[in-house]
Amino acid sequence: MTDFFDSPANKSSLHTGMEARERLRARYRAEWMFKALGLGAIGVSVGFLLFLFTTIFMQGWPAFTHNFVALPLELNAQTLGDEGVISEESLSGADYDAIVRTAIREQFPEVSGRTAKRTLSGLISPGAPVLLREALLADPERRNAPNAITLPLSDFADLYLKGQISRSTYRTGEGELAIEVSETGVLISGADLAAGLESSGADGKISLSREMPSLLLYAGGGVFKLETLEGNLATARILSPLDAGETTKALDWQVRLIEVPEANRKFSDREIVWTDKLVERQLVQAKFNTLFFTRGASREPEMAGILGAVVGTALTLVVTLGLSFPLGVAAAVYLEEFAPRNRLTALVEVNINNLAAVPSIVFGLLGLAVFLTFFGMPRSAPLVGGMVLALMTLPTIIIASRAALRAVPPSIREAALGIGASKMQVVVHHVLPLAMPGILTGTIIGMAQALGETAPLLMIGMVAFVVDIPGGFTDPATVLPVQIFMWADFPEPAFQQRTSAAIMVLLAFLVVMNALAVVLRKQFERRW
Amino acid sequence: MLDQIKLETTNPGATSTALLPGTMTPANPKITARNVSVFYEQKQALFDVDLDVMPNEVLSLIGPSGCGKSSLLRCFNRMNDTIDVCRVTGNITLDGQDIYDRSIDVVELRARVGMVFQKPNPFPKSIFENVAYGPRIHGMTKDRDELEELVVSSLKRAGLFDEVADRLQDSGTSLSGGQQQRLCIARAIATRPEILLMDEPASALDPIATSIIEELIDELRQNYAIVIVTHSMQQAARVSQKTAFFHMGKLIEKGETEQIFTNPVDAKTQDYITGRIG
Amino acid sequence: MSIWFVFTALLLVPGGLYFAGRGRAVALAQGEVASLHSKQEYHGAYLLIWGSAPALGVAILWLLFAGIFTDYLVAGQLGSEFSTLNAEQRATVLQTAQALLYGSAFGEATPLVQTASERYRDSYSLVNSAFAGLGTVALVLGALSGWRQISPRLRARQFVETAALWLLMAASGVAILTTFGIVFSLVFETWQFFKFVSLSDFLFGTQWSPQSAFEGAGAAATDARNAQIFGAVPVFAGTLLISAIAILVAAPVGLMAAIYLSDYAPKKARVVAKPVMELLAGIPTVVYGFFAALTVAPFFRRSGEAFGLTVSSESALAAGIILGVMIIPFVSSLSDDVISAVPESLRDGSAALGATRSETIRKVVLPAALPGIVSALMLAISRAIGETMIVVMAAGLAANLTINPLEAVTTVTVQIVTLLTGDSAFDSAKTLSAFALALVLFLVTLSLNIIALRVVKKYQEQYD
Repeated sequence: MTDFFDSPANKSSLHTGMEARERLRARYRAEWMFKALGLGAIGVSVGFLLFLFTTIFMQGWPAFTHNFVALPLELNAQTLGDEGVISEESLSGADYDAIVRTAIREQFPEVSGRTAKRTLSGLISPGAPVLLREALLADPERRNAPNAITLPLSDFADLYLKGQISRSTYRTGEGELAIEVSETGVLISGADLAAGLESSGADGKISLSREMPSLLLYAGGGVFKLETLEGNLATARILSPLDAGETTKALDWQVRLIEVPEANRKFSDREIVWTDKLVERQLVQAKFNTLFFTRGASREPEMAGILGAVVGTALTLVVTLGLSFPLGVAAAVYLEEFAPRNRLTALVEVNINNLAAVPSIVFGLLGLAVFLTFFGMPRSAPLVGGMVLALMTLPTIIIASRAALRAVPPSIREAALGIGASKMQVVVHHVLPLAMPGILTGTIIGMAQALGETAPLLMIGMVAFVVDIPGGFTDPATVLPVQIFMWADFPEPAFQQRTSAAIMVLLAFLVVMNALAVVLRKQFERRW
Repeated sequence: MLDQIKLETTNPGATSTALLPGTMTPANPKITARNVSVFYEQKQALFDVDLDVMPNEVLSLIGPSGCGKSSLLRCFNRMNDTIDVCRVTGNITLDGQDIYDRSIDVVELRARVGMVFQKPNPFPKSIFENVAYGPRIHGMTKDRDELEELVVSSLKRAGLFDEVADRLQDSGTSLSGGQQQRLCIARAIATRPEILLMDEPASALDPIATSIIEELIDELRQNYAIVIVTHSMQQAARVSQKTAFFHMGKLIEKGETEQIFTNPVDAKTQDYITGRIG
Repeated sequence: MSIWFVFTALLLVPGGLYFAGRGRAVALAQGEVASLHSKQEYHGAYLLIWGSAPALGVAILWLLFAGIFTDYLVAGQLGSEFSTLNAEQRATVLQTAQALLYGSAFGEATPLVQTASERYRDSYSLVNSAFAGLGTVALVLGALSGWRQISPRLRARQFVETAALWLLMAASGVAILTTFGIVFSLVFETWQFFKFVSLSDFLFGTQWSPQSAFEGAGAAATDARNAQIFGAVPVFAGTLLISAIAILVAAPVGLMAAIYLSDYAPKKARVVAKPVMELLAGIPTVVYGFFAALTVAPFFRRSGEAFGLTVSSESALAAGIILGVMIIPFVSSLSDDVISAVPESLRDGSAALGATRSETIRKVVLPAALPGIVSALMLAISRAIGETMIVVMAAGLAANLTINPLEAVTTVTVQIVTLLTGDSAFDSAKTLSAFALALVLFLVTLSLNIIALRVVKKYQEQYD
C-alpha cells in the first residue's frame, strides 16, 4: 500500500491547482444555493404573512364604512300616533316598515308593479325599520328632523356604491339621437350605439341577453337598457323615463357598459339606476359603519355586528383568567418551590407537558362530556367556555410561571430564610413579586391563545346564533373567532367583507396583547 | 539547519533578521506574520506580533492564559472569521501570499492549514467517516478505494490505526479522550494540509495519552510545519524546536526552544518559566 | 338569586371572617400585638379558613349531587306516565325538560316534558335552598369553632401556611384531574360507542358515513348497518394525507428558515424574521381557515382548470398547504433550539478542515441534530393531526378513501366537529362515534408527544 504522504504528488498544488479551484467553484455554487434556499424559506414565510394580511385588509377595509340614505321620512302623528296621538306606546308599535317603504317609493313615483316595488324597497336594508324604531324610542324628538335620520342601504346597494359589483365604462355619443317610446318598447335611431362593442352578430344584428354585459343609454333625462342593435337602429327597455314626453331628440347622450352580465350579479340594472338617482339627489352618504361595532349577529350583512361576540369573548376570557391565573400560579409555586422531587411530582410534570400538546378540540370534548352532560351546566355559556379555555391555557401559564420562578436567584431565598422568614413567607413576600412580570407575560400569552381559540368552543355549543348581546356568564353567547367561523360560511359577499373586518379586529386585539407582553418583558427585564 | 534562522527578541515593529539580505536563507518560512494585532470589539487581545513559521519545525506558543497565543493561532487559518466581533490587522502570508487578501479563499486556506482543537471534537459519525470528511468535501479522491487508502494512511500516520482497525464503523465519540484527539489529528492530516495548528491538543488528556500525542507531533514534523499552543512548558520543551513567549497580548521573546528555556533574554520570560507568573 | 348577590357574598363573608379573626386576636392581646405568637393577620386568615372550608365542602357536594337529587325528586313526582317508560326514554324526557327550562330546547315539547320542566323549576329551588341552608350552617359552625380557638398563643401561622400548601398542592392536582377528565370522558363514551359498533369494524372498515345513520341507528351491535357506516379508515387516511402535505410544506421551509436564522442571518435580518415567525404562530387558526377556504382553495381550483385538472374546491392540497404554513413557525422554533444545541466545537472542527458553511451544516450539524429534528417533526405532525379549524373550513366532509391531493378528503377533527355540532341526541351511535375518533386522536398525539419529548431529552443530555 502506498502511503499518500510519501507519494511525490505535487503537494503544493493539491488545494490550489486548477482542478481544486474548479471543485471549489462548484462547492461555492452549492453554498450559494443552500443559502438561497434558507433565505427563500424566510421569504416564503414573510411573503405568506404579507399576502395574508393584505388580502384580509383589502377585503375587510370596505366593511368599516357603509352607505346610508337620508330619506324624507314621514314621521307625523298620522304615521306614528295612535289615532293621532303620539305616545311611547304608539311609538313602539308604529308600522315603521310602511314608513320606510313609503319614503323610498316616493322617490320613484314612476315605479309600478308588485315585483318592481318590492325590488325598490329592497334597496334599503330590511333592518332599517328596526333602527328607525330604536332611534325614535331613544329620542322621540328626532321625529321633528326626519332628514337627519340615516338608514343603511342594503348590502348589495352598498357594494355597488363601493364599486364592487361591476366595472362600468362610459362613452359620450356624437350626433343626434331620436328616441321613440311606444307601447311595444323603445325605438332609438340616429347613431351606431354598438360602436366599440366587440361581438357583433354575423348579420350585423346584436341581441343583448342577460348573459352579456349590459349597455345602458343615458339620454333626455331617461335611462334605457339596450336590447337589440342593428346599425343605427336599436330597441331598448325603459329603466328610467324621459324627462318629458314620449319622443325626443337628444344631442347629449352617453352609453354605459356594465361589464358583469346582469345574470351574474345580484344587483340588477334597474337597481343600479335607482341607486344612482339617490346619489344624484344627494341622499346617500358613506359613513363609518357604527352598526358593525354596536350590534349582534344578524342574517342581514349590513345589520350584523361584532358587539355580541366581543362581549361574549370578554365574559369568556374573564372566566378563563379568573380560573387559570390563580390555579396556574399556585401550581407553579408548588411544583417549583415546595414539591419534593419524587415520582409523583415527576408524573405531574410529564402530565403538564403533555397537556400542553393535547389538541384543543379534545378539551372541547372534555367540556361537553363533563361540564355539560355530567354537571348539567348550560350550553353556549361563557362560563363553560371560560372553564374549558382555562383548562387549556393552564399548562402554558404553569410552564411560563415556573420559568419565571426559576429565574429568581436562590440567593434571594437564602437571604430571606436567613432572617427567619418561613418558606411560605419567602415565596409570598420575595420570590413571587420578583417573578410576577414573567408570570404576567406568560399569562398574557396564554390569554392571547385562548382569545384565538375556536374548536373547543364549537363543542360546547358556542356556535349558537345569538342576536342579543349576552348580559351574563350563563347567557348564550358566542366569541369573536367563532363569529368569524360562522360568517365565513355565509355566501353573501358583504359577509365575506365583514368576516375579514372581524378578523382585523381580532388580530388588533392579539397584537395589543402581544405588544403588552413584550413591553412587560422589556420593562421588568432584570439582570441578576 | 537550526542556525539558518535567527529568531530573536525584537521590539515590536522591528524587521526580523531572517529576511535581511545577506543572511543564509535556504528555506523560506511557510508563514510570516507581521504587525499582527487582534481586537475583540474594542478590546485589543494581541499587539503587533512578528513571527515566522518554518517548514518541518514545531513552533510552540507559550504564555499564561489570556496572553493572546490562541488568538494568534486562529489567525493562521482565519478561524477568527467565525467570531463576529473579532478584527485582525497586520499582515500574514502563507508561502508569500497574504492570507487576508481578497483573492484568498478561506475554504482553500483552511484546507492547506489544518487545525486540532483543545477539546477533542470528533463528529458524531463513524471513525471512518470522521477521517473521510475532509477528503470527501474537497473531492480529493477519485474513488472509494483511494478514499479508503487515504483514511487508513491517515489513521496510521496518527498512530491510531492499530487500535481501531477492526471497528472503523464505530462512532468517533465512542473512543477514549486520547484516541479521540488522535482521530482529530488523523482527520486534520487526511485533508493533506501543509501546516498543522494545534490549540493545546493535550490539555484535556491524561499523561499517557499526552505522551503518545507528543511523540506523534514529533513524527509529523517530517511532513508539516506545526504550530502548537500549549500552557505546559515541559511540553513545549519536549516537542518544539522554536518557542515564542507571549504575555498580555505581546510577543515577549522568541527563539530556539533550548535557548528560551535555559537562557531567556527577557525578565518576564524568566519569571514565567520559573513559575512566577502564569 | 342574582349573580351580584353571589359575588357580594363571596367578597363579604370571607372579608368579614378575616377582620373578625384579626380583631379578636388584637383584642385578646389587649393591644400588645407583639405578645401574639403569630401576627394578627394570620389569626384573621385562620378564622377565614375555619369558616369557609366547611361551606366550601357543602358547595362541592352541591355541585356533585344537586343534579342527581333533583332528577330523583322530579322523577318521583311525574307519576305512572313517566315510570312506564324505559330507562332511555326517561333520560330523554328529563334532559328535554331541563333544556326547556334553560330555553335551549328544540321543537315542540310534549305535555309530559312540560310538566317535568315545571317540576324541575320547583325542585331546583328546593334542592338549592336546602344546600344553601346547609352551607350557612356549616359556615356558622365552622366560624364559631375557629373563633373559640383564637388565643394569643395559637400557632395560627403554621396552620395557615399548611392550609396554603394544601391549596397549592390541590392547584397542581388540577392538571392531573384534567387528564383524568379527558381520559375518563373519552373512554367512557367510546365504550358506549363500541356497544353499537365492533372495534374491528371501526378500525378497519372502509366506509364512513355516519350522517346516513337514521335516528336511533345502531340500536345494537348486531345491526349490520353499523358495520358499514362506521368504518374509520377513510377518515384516518384523509387525516394522514392532509398532515403529510402539511409536513411536506412545513418541514423544509421551517427547517431551512431555522438554519438560515441560526447560521446565516445577519443580526438585522434576525430582528425582522423572528417576530414574523412569532406573528405567524400567533395568528388564530380560524383566520388561516378562512384564508384557505376563501382565497387559496378557489385559487387552486382555477389554476387546476387552467391545466385541465379537476381540483375539488375542498381539496386536501389547499387545506394541507395552509396547515403546513401554520406549523412552519412551530417547526422552525423547535429546530432552531436543537440546531443551536449542537456544540460550536463541531462547527469549528468542520470549518477548520476547510468546509464551507453549508457543508458544515449539511454534513455535521444536521446529522448531529437529527434526533432532535426528528422529534421536532413528530411534535409538528401531532400538531397537524390535532388542528381543527383549518380543516373544518377548508377540507371536505365526505370521507373519500383516496391519495389524490386534488380531491376532497375529511379528517378526524372535521368529523368530530360535524358530528357534535348537529342537534341530534347525545347518545346515538353517530355522536358517540365522535368520541371514539377523539380517543384515537388523543392517543396518537399523546404517544407522538411522549416519544418526541423522550428523544429530545436524551438528545439534550448527550451534549450537556
